[in-house]
Amino acid sequence: MRTRTLVKVPATARRGEVVEIKVLVSHPMETGFRRDRTGGAIPVDIIRRFECRYDGDTVFAADFHPAVAANPFLAFTTVATTSGTITFEWVGDNGFAHRESAEIQVE
Amino acid sequence: MSMRPGRRHFLRITGAIATAAMVGGPVEAQRRRGTMRELEAAVRATVGEGPIVEGRVTVEIPALVENGNAVPLTVRVESPMSADDHVRAIHVFSEKNPRPSIVSFHLGPRAGRAEISTRIRLVDTQTVVAVAETSDGRRWSGRTDVVVTLAACLEDA
Repeated sequence: MRTRTLVKVPATARRGEVVEIKVLVSHPMETGFRRDRTGGAIPVDIIRRFECRYDGDTVFAADFHPAVAANPFLAFTTVATTSGTITFEWVGDNGFAHRESAEIQVE
Repeated sequence: MSMRPGRRHFLRITGAIATAAMVGGPVEAQRRRGTMRELEAAVRATVGEGPIVEGRVTVEIPALVENGNAVPLTVRVESPMSADDHVRAIHVFSEKNPRPSIVSFHLGPRAGRAEISTRIRLVDTQTVVAVAETSDGRRWSGRTDVVVTLAACLEDA
């Protein structure tokens, strides 16, 4: 299934302004605690790590456990330092890896 | 007319995805619950030994949650978030979930504010605890009690 994401970053900000970033990625976050119809355990399959980089520097990261809801959503903040690219990376079980980016113009 | 999706649009889509994720199989008898002792063990495994002072950390969850599959959570830590005085990490723990660790956030002065929101799963009515580690090596904690009327699905598919 194609991975869908929603990324909200302000297009412009004043230098030094604290801006809010919201991200959501489609993923079932299978907990590993459920069983299928035949009684077999459904193996855990989750995103383990999220990282946000601003012009290459990691400014925020998160480690997920199975108690993070499906389609993990995060809202966090960063200081607008310079015009550039903010990248978002999700890495998880079974080779899951997804990357998005957004541009911010800082005046 | 802006080409950027607005807040309303964002909320509508996220809501739809969250609703789709809830559709599961029949609810079966729930499995075992965690305990406060297990929560405390998980806190120690995560932040190590040493004092943890209650305060500075706010855990915000609606007091009454109808759906344990996607519970809105906001954690906030009082901190200047300056280069020499900031929050390095915030760890969130559950009392009753099968595993106590929920999520850890790593941040620093470039966050500007120590405030993060996400959505979590809660299997039952319980206490949720957040522990913050600050740049001076100290630890702070906050907690909240939440009533869950429909548990997160541990049911079979």
